[in-house]
Amino acid sequence: MLSLDDLKKRIKSVKSTQKITKAMKMVAAAKLRKAQESAEKGRPYSQKMQNIILNLTKSINDPQNAPKLLVGTGEDKKYLCVVLTADRGLCGGFNSNICKLAKTNFKEILGEGKELNIITVGSKGYDQIKREYGKYVIKRFSFKDKKNISFNEADEVGKEIISLFNQNKFDKCIIFYNNFKNVITQIPQAQQIIPAETKNLKEINDKNFTYEFEPEEDEILEDLLPKNISTQVFKALLENAASEQGSRMTAMDNATRNAGDLVDKLTIDYNRSRQASITKELIEIISGAESL
Amino acid sequence: MPDKFTVEIISPDQTILKQETNEVIIPSFEGQMGILNNHIPLITFLRPGIITIKAEGEKRYYVEEGTVEFSNNNLLILTSTAIDLVNLDKSKINELLQKAEVNLNNQSTDKERYIASYKLETLKEISQ
Repeated sequence: MLSLDDLKKRIKSVKSTQKITKAMKMVAAAKLRKAQESAEKGRPYSQKMQNIILNLTKSINDPQNAPKLLVGTGEDKKYLCVVLTADRGLCGGFNSNICKLAKTNFKEILGEGKELNIITVGSKGYDQIKREYGKYVIKRFSFKDKKNISFNEADEVGKEIISLFNQNKFDKCIIFYNNFKNVITQIPQAQQIIPAETKNLKEINDKNFTYEFEPEEDEILEDLLPKNISTQVFKALLENAASEQGSRMTAMDNATRNAGDLVDKLTIDYNRSRQASITKELIEIISGAESL
Repeated sequence: MPDKFTVEIISPDQTILKQETNEVIIPSFEGQMGILNNHIPLITFLRPGIITIKAEGEKRYYVEEGTVEFSNNNLLILTSTAIDLVNLDKSKINELLQKAEVNLNNQSTDKERYIASYKLETLKEISQ
């Protein structure tokens, strides 16, 4: 049993923790609105870009000569995994969810005897991965000092991916990020960006056009595909930013509520032991008076 | 009006413009291109230049690169560098102009030189 003084201290410290988590929740809520907005604004661009690429792909007659970025190297030996996480913690399961998904994939890839390379974006991801898979990490990005994510950051990552691809460092590239569904739900996702995944898109867009191309299809594709990589990374970064804030908001909300419960419980304990000591003193006085 | 079509300019972080228009002139990679409604489906990309959108009034945007798709009377311009000429003041133009001049001399391939020279030309045109 804690003494009265100790209980008082506990209550005070829990209360100040509650203040902090409450403030963090408010900050996250304010940032969330902005991040969510930019994630939603960014969606049309990446969607339309995918659509154009799909349309272009359909009109390619000779898959043998199609750009490698689109159809892949034809092999399936080397994998590049890009793990996108946050730079800050205290956001619930956000970072661990991505890492968990990524690690299951790593295990699979290595289990099949394939080569694995990892790029991490965001310092938290690296922290969680380094113990088991540290030796596979070939490059780390961190945009901690950037307040808002702009296309330039995504382009930096995209260019790195493309230059690695051109050096024949990998056959397939998968990015891991959290898809922002709503404030409470964020779904960790693995998306393959090289070779471009066109399966699930075909159902949405089944118009049959014959396009006029200027210049030739392959020239357009050559220009567009690297851009698309950066765009996909950018989309993932935006989704991630919104998810991070959403996740932090829910986590901090829970923490605030838990702290409140704890304060209630401790206050009851405190009152009870105070009452107990008063009763004890009374008994002592009474029994002292009786013995006279 | 039947002779109108929709034009959309979308950048990675926002939709810059979406409106009805009569005619759009884009600086396509192989030359200026005027687009009216019922144009044949088209995919092309841009070199540095000015997009002119003719509706009630005329709107002009400076772009450095981008991808254009026209289908179903819907013109889609994807670019990360569209700036409304109204928002582009003299000092900004001069700054871009200086960069472009330096850039032109550092290009290695013909294609890069071609793009850089157009960038310079466009900027000179705006600054007048």
